[in-house]
Amino acid sequence: MDATLLLGLYRQMALCRRFEEAAAKAYSQGKVSGFLHLYVGQEAVAVGAISAAEPTDYVVATYREHAHYLARTGDARGAMAELFGKASGCSGGRGGSMHLFDAAHRMLGGWAIVGGHVPIAAGVAFASKYRDEKDVTLCFFGDGTANMGAFHEGLALAGLWKLPVVFICENNQYAMGTPLYRTLSVEDVAVRARGYPMESEIVNGDDVLEVREAVRHAVNRARRENLPIFIEAKTYRFRGHSVADPATYRSKEELRKWMERDPIRMLADRIQTLGIATEEQLGALDDEVKAQVQDAVEFAERTPAPEPDTVGEHVYA
Amino acid sequence: MPEPRVLTFREALREAMVEEMERDPSIFLMGEEVGHYNGAYKVSEGMLARFGEKRVIDTPIAETGFAGVGIGAAMVGLRPIIEFMTWNFSLVAADQLINNAAKLRYMSNGQFTLPIVFRGPGGAAHALAAQHSQALESLYAHVPGLKVVMPSTPADAKGLLKAAIRDDNPVVFIESEVMYALKGDVPAGEHVVPLGVADVKRPGRDVTLVAWSKMVHTALKAADVLTGEGIEAEVVDLRTLRPLDERAVLASVARTHRCVVVQEGWPFAGVAAELIALVAREGFDDLDAPPERVTNLDVPMPYARNLENVVLPSPERVVATVRRVLGLTEAPRRPAVAGRGR
Repeated sequence: MDATLLLGLYRQMALCRRFEEAAAKAYSQGKVSGFLHLYVGQEAVAVGAISAAEPTDYVVATYREHAHYLARTGDARGAMAELFGKASGCSGGRGGSMHLFDAAHRMLGGWAIVGGHVPIAAGVAFASKYRDEKDVTLCFFGDGTANMGAFHEGLALAGLWKLPVVFICENNQYAMGTPLYRTLSVEDVAVRARGYPMESEIVNGDDVLEVREAVRHAVNRARRENLPIFIEAKTYRFRGHSVADPATYRSKEELRKWMERDPIRMLADRIQTLGIATEEQLGALDDEVKAQVQDAVEFAERTPAPEPDTVGEHVYA
Repeated sequence: MPEPRVLTFREALREAMVEEMERDPSIFLMGEEVGHYNGAYKVSEGMLARFGEKRVIDTPIAETGFAGVGIGAAMVGLRPIIEFMTWNFSLVAADQLINNAAKLRYMSNGQFTLPIVFRGPGGAAHALAAQHSQALESLYAHVPGLKVVMPSTPADAKGLLKAAIRDDNPVVFIESEVMYALKGDVPAGEHVVPLGVADVKRPGRDVTLVAWSKMVHTALKAADVLTGEGIEAEVVDLRTLRPLDERAVLASVARTHRCVVVQEGWPFAGVAAELIALVAREGFDDLDAPPERVTNLDVPMPYARNLENVVLPSPERVVATVRRVLGLTEAPRRPAVAGRGR
């Protein structure tokens, strides 16, 4: 096992977790507004998947995309300032939590209407193929997307035109407040990929290495063979749909069971078992991450809001 | 100056696309039946043979899918032309146009440009009934982030489409099924009509008729009738609804002191209402009469031809409205809006 890799993944997942804890706190203090959808518990999916791609591969994600943004850019300041609605935010305070963009790092959003970004991701992959470039597009979405027309049309075109995109379903068991067994007519979202046709794989979304390995394989094939591949990562959202949701629709017992397989805890155990780092050393890494998040919060607090007279900028090019 | 030739509206559109695609390999055409079928309305006839399947791309019936593919491709630097077989079908992809295309640049703080044209025929043709006869420009013009272009002549069709393709914003380009065979002089080669610039299609001193696309011809026919009565109507063709050439409208009203907007489509919250608000606000001192509008009746389009004719603006209705605006008749007003409160 590559010690640097494991510690790097640990650091990234810890950054996502600490970032969102700080964001939730800032929200409760009224410093962050709007919708705030937390990814707590699902970090292994975004971190594992994005670590498996090249930095030049594209990332297209949903409104629950803090972790994707952080995994791709490492830019806690830009993300936090965006949540705070500041001009220094990665989207200039015009996007907020749901619309994190970084063109230079090929982080293409941040899309907040369920399903609508799936055809867009196919289009990004279409452009790669059109220009004979070898970049692959990673498209993230939740299980709730699997009943949307846009999801099916995006997959249909990617399958028809053999576009190099890896579709990654983050199956966190709930479409907002409704469990899968009441919203999905099939057991696994992955079976829906078959008809398009697309190879699919189901992975343990709480195991960052399993996610990484599956996505690495998928990205390589997509790049080499110009085709789409579908991965379903089974995971769990520890918090509600958004911070406004107390998630009373699920039992404490169910939550406890899933929290036992907290992806960060599992990776920490593995790192210690393999003798790569001690608990103290991981604690020190955590402190580093906390300091980075604290710095981001301070940055967000001290930088100015967008100038009111810029409100009309960027409507048109 | 390039020599003009007589082309049909559809040939002019095709020439714009062909010339632009010859110039820039990042432009491609995608839509239902655009390739092997040579276009549902033959606008893209011959383009597959010329450019091949890589750049003239037939899609399945999946408007959300291929509109979204176009947006994704434009996000990373291609310049797609997405054809809707009719704009009625764009409603299936409204999420892509309104939630995604119109918003991307703003919500990314200008990090992305979206050079994409959505084009196809809109408005009523003949007896196509409620779901295939909608003039949806007011809906799209409502949305900041989209440009909306509606040519009325073959020359403008070519020049505006070339400008739309070169524009770095999402452009809604609405043609008309019943105008595809319309003939007119079209300059060969480089002929670009800038977006956002209206054109006086006929000068006149007594009343301003503001129109676009098919309704320009309705207004011109009305103007011919009015000439016989000694009334000279000026016909201002907006050509682009967004950005709106406010100055051209106000300048014309300043000359004529009267304004009638001729709009296909429903009256409620339509572009005509916006124009009347503009004229009332900015041109108030110039007006000798309240501005008026002639629009579709406020009903879904009926199938029967006689009913369809009642619904659509006609030269006769324009003439009657002009007479009223000039104080020549006391013609009863037709109730413009169905189901309005008491």
